[in-house]
Amino acid sequence: MEQKTNIAAEEGKQDLTITRTFDLPVELLFKAYTESEFVAQWMGTKVLKLESQKHGSYQFETSHNGNVVFSAEGTIHECVPNQQIIRTFEMLNMPIGVQLEFLNFEKLTEETSKLTIQIIYKSVEHRQEQLKMPFAYGLNMAHDRLQEFLIKLK
Amino acid sequence: MNFRRDVFQAISDPTRRAILLLVATQAMTAGAIASNFDTARPTVSKHLQILTECELLKKEQNGREIHYQVNANKMKEVADFIEPFRQMWDNRFNKLEAVMKNYQSKK
Repeated sequence: MEQKTNIAAEEGKQDLTITRTFDLPVELLFKAYTESEFVAQWMGTKVLKLESQKHGSYQFETSHNGNVVFSAEGTIHECVPNQQIIRTFEMLNMPIGVQLEFLNFEKLTEETSKLTIQIIYKSVEHRQEQLKMPFAYGLNMAHDRLQEFLIKLK
Repeated sequence: MNFRRDVFQAISDPTRRAILLLVATQAMTAGAIASNFDTARPTVSKHLQILTECELLKKEQNGREIHYQVNANKMKEVADFIEPFRQMWDNRFNKLEAVMKNYQSKK
């Protein structure tokens, strides 16, 4: 089965490329990245600031029970409507560091589009940290579920 | 469908990932592994069977006991953990698509 989302990460390189096709007109795909309201919805985070323009910057923050659990920020170097965003991205308090992102928006048909994101990390090791993250997250989920189960038994 | 031979299918399960991490530090018997989980013993056995079939774990006979240990070579193949990363993005993008479709239909 053809997968909608693909990751290309060559061994020993410090970048990776994510590609995804969407059943959305390219204008809507671009909106999903440039308007606070939508970013907040699909990323599930609070958007403190999002200036989708050249020299703009952005700040996201997610809290859970009063604690900040996710916080990310960056600056925007280029923002060409329905075509391209070049920005930096940094997740705070994570060993991944600042990454440089090239987002290319492409119209396929009137109703479909393609997004290609090239992410460049500081080093091969930083990329590795990023790749490990969802793996570790999966482990935490397993532990959380175990915890919930134990609480129910009490 | 021979899905059990698929390494990525094997590591897509959180319990199996937890087993791999547990065994990564030292070889353990099935009983010792199971004692770390609250799942039923046969369920853990099933996970061990899947992990062994796709060669992420190796069995070693030590006297009367069978110890499970991580197959380092096979683990290296998936060392980049690309699949969980891909799934994370896939979920995120599915959400994006759903959010924007909802907006589109309301327009």
